[in-house]
Amino acid sequence: MTDALSTPDWMTEKGTGDCQCLSAGRIRRESAVQKTIMGLSRAIRESVFSEQIAGRPGLLQETDPRIKTIGLLGLLITTSFLQNWYMILALYGLTLVMAFASSISLTFFVKRVWLFIPVFAGIIALPSLFNIFRPGDPLLTIWDFGGEVTLGPWSLGTSLAVTHQGLKGAVLLILRVATSVSLAVLWALTTHWADLLKALRVFLVPRIFVLILSMTYRYIFLILGLATDMFTARTSRMVGSSSPREDRRFVASSMATLLGKSHTLSEDVYSAMISRGYTGEPVTLHRFRAVTGDWLWLGAIFLLTVAALGSDRFIG
Amino acid sequence: MHIPDGYLSPQTAGGMWALVIPAWYWAGHKVKSTLSSRQAPLVAIGAAFTFVIMMFNIPLPGGTTGHAVGGTIMTIIIGPWATIMAISVALVIQAIFFGDGGILAIGANSFNIAFIYPVIGYFTYRLLAKGADRGSSRRWIAAGIGAWVGLNVAAFFTSVEFGLQGELFNAADGSALYSPYGLATAIPAMMIPHMLVVGTIEAVMTSLIYVFLMKTNPGLLDNYDNLNAQAVGSYKLKPLITGIVLLLVCTPLGLLATGTAWGEWGTEKIGKEIGYIPEGMGKFAGRWEGFLPEYAFPQSEETVALEENVAKVDAPVSLDGVWESTPAYLISGVLGLLLVGGIALMAIRIITGKSRGREQLD
Repeated sequence: MTDALSTPDWMTEKGTGDCQCLSAGRIRRESAVQKTIMGLSRAIRESVFSEQIAGRPGLLQETDPRIKTIGLLGLLITTSFLQNWYMILALYGLTLVMAFASSISLTFFVKRVWLFIPVFAGIIALPSLFNIFRPGDPLLTIWDFGGEVTLGPWSLGTSLAVTHQGLKGAVLLILRVATSVSLAVLWALTTHWADLLKALRVFLVPRIFVLILSMTYRYIFLILGLATDMFTARTSRMVGSSSPREDRRFVASSMATLLGKSHTLSEDVYSAMISRGYTGEPVTLHRFRAVTGDWLWLGAIFLLTVAALGSDRFIG
Repeated sequence: MHIPDGYLSPQTAGGMWALVIPAWYWAGHKVKSTLSSRQAPLVAIGAAFTFVIMMFNIPLPGGTTGHAVGGTIMTIIIGPWATIMAISVALVIQAIFFGDGGILAIGANSFNIAFIYPVIGYFTYRLLAKGADRGSSRRWIAAGIGAWVGLNVAAFFTSVEFGLQGELFNAADGSALYSPYGLATAIPAMMIPHMLVVGTIEAVMTSLIYVFLMKTNPGLLDNYDNLNAQAVGSYKLKPLITGIVLLLVCTPLGLLATGTAWGEWGTEKIGKEIGYIPEGMGKFAGRWEGFLPEYAFPQSEETVALEENVAKVDAPVSLDGVWESTPAYLISGVLGLLLVGGIALMAIRIITGKSRGREQLD
């Protein structure tokens, strides 16, 4: 009886190193399949977290979604027109103030904005700092060639230098990207997704598109769930590692299977909609009400936009 | 490929919106005419599917990973028009909720990824797979090539949009205001990796998905053809009405024509042309006077002017007369159209035995 319940010897024995998956020191945690599972679950986590922030009391959360959408979009367009980087920096400061007033942790907000997109913009803009890619007045000469250097048909000039114009352009690009992302993040973080999509009606987005957008957002999570299950099921049946070739085949066949499943799902949803009386004309409920505070907020944003664009032209 | 905000000047971003809105309108119209009320769930779930598969990491040789869009395979299954809408919706959600791609850049991103890519991909596939049997390997090869060509054409458009910033939008001191590179840098920087890697992933994945579906779910590959077949026989009034309104607007052009429509000669003209008036014609002519004779108000100055013009059949009509008689001519056209339309509608209601009541739900 005791023997039957005890762990067999081969399971308690320590490996002597034949197990390739452990001895290499690096378990294939970062395989494409694993990476996908992580990515899928991160998307779900982020959305749930956004909804939590949207539910907190705060400046932007309490603004009428339509007014907020117009205001933030106005600022976004202003950001795209500004040519002076001080002005863009001032607008970036404003996004931080708005985030603070909307009870969003500043560390979280800054991290969420800066990680990836503006950093990526910096990498993209990096070559443009040098006179080889964009001509300009040298600010810092790195390497004097001592004469003109040519590379086939291209002339590299007489020296390699960081230019004044290159630096200015790169700073402008990074700040503009970061401010734009901040405004978009503020919009998405402080609005419940259902309200946000309904607020799009202000911009004369047809009702059918708003319906499709909300259905998409809802079904993304169902399909994310289906995909996570497929990938987890596969990983749980795997011992050791698989080759990239095998993984590619697996990813392709999961996509194809998911495509079939999604199609069946859309047919089912259609039948369900028809059975509940859907005629092709979507119905939406309006429950937004703009109060004096909302209009004041919009007025302030409008004045700010005019002031920013005006002083940008003035400073030049 | 997803352009964030800040890279494109507002002028470019606005211009791309102006290009993509008609494309959306056109696609929406096409989808509505083939799918009717089925469009909402099909497009929405197609968009959700696209969104999710864009998150799938595909292992590349060398240990890195990339991702696919799946646009071409979608067009084969739900058709190019529904795909344009589905990918656009996925891009809007990515931009708004997940910060992937800019909000002002939705126009540009949708034009490149949701319009150019699927349309070029689909028509390349159709061209190459034309006449191929079901199960023939030409089909999956065509799907892969379609994906490669479509994606690269889309990447080319993107690189031109980027390159224009460096060419056109610079400050007075020569520093860049938006994306800093000109066309000569932006095009090769975008095209080389897309032609070698990104397009190749898209092509390989599209072919693999196609082969998998051929083996396991061949019915799905015929889905779009079946939908089209179902749509045959259903008719929509909107394009017809658009056409009629367009023709109506063009009616004053009729006044510019010289002479009378062939075969619609009056007795006077017949007599002039053939030398005599046939007996029967002479007998019946003048028996019927129209409600608006010669498409003008009776006894008005326009009638006289028009009659004079009609009488001078071979002489070109003077433009002054045209502008004077246009309102009467146009009103005649509208009245005629309303009359014919009204009779046709009444006939339809009598034949089908029901009136088409439209419920206003909102």
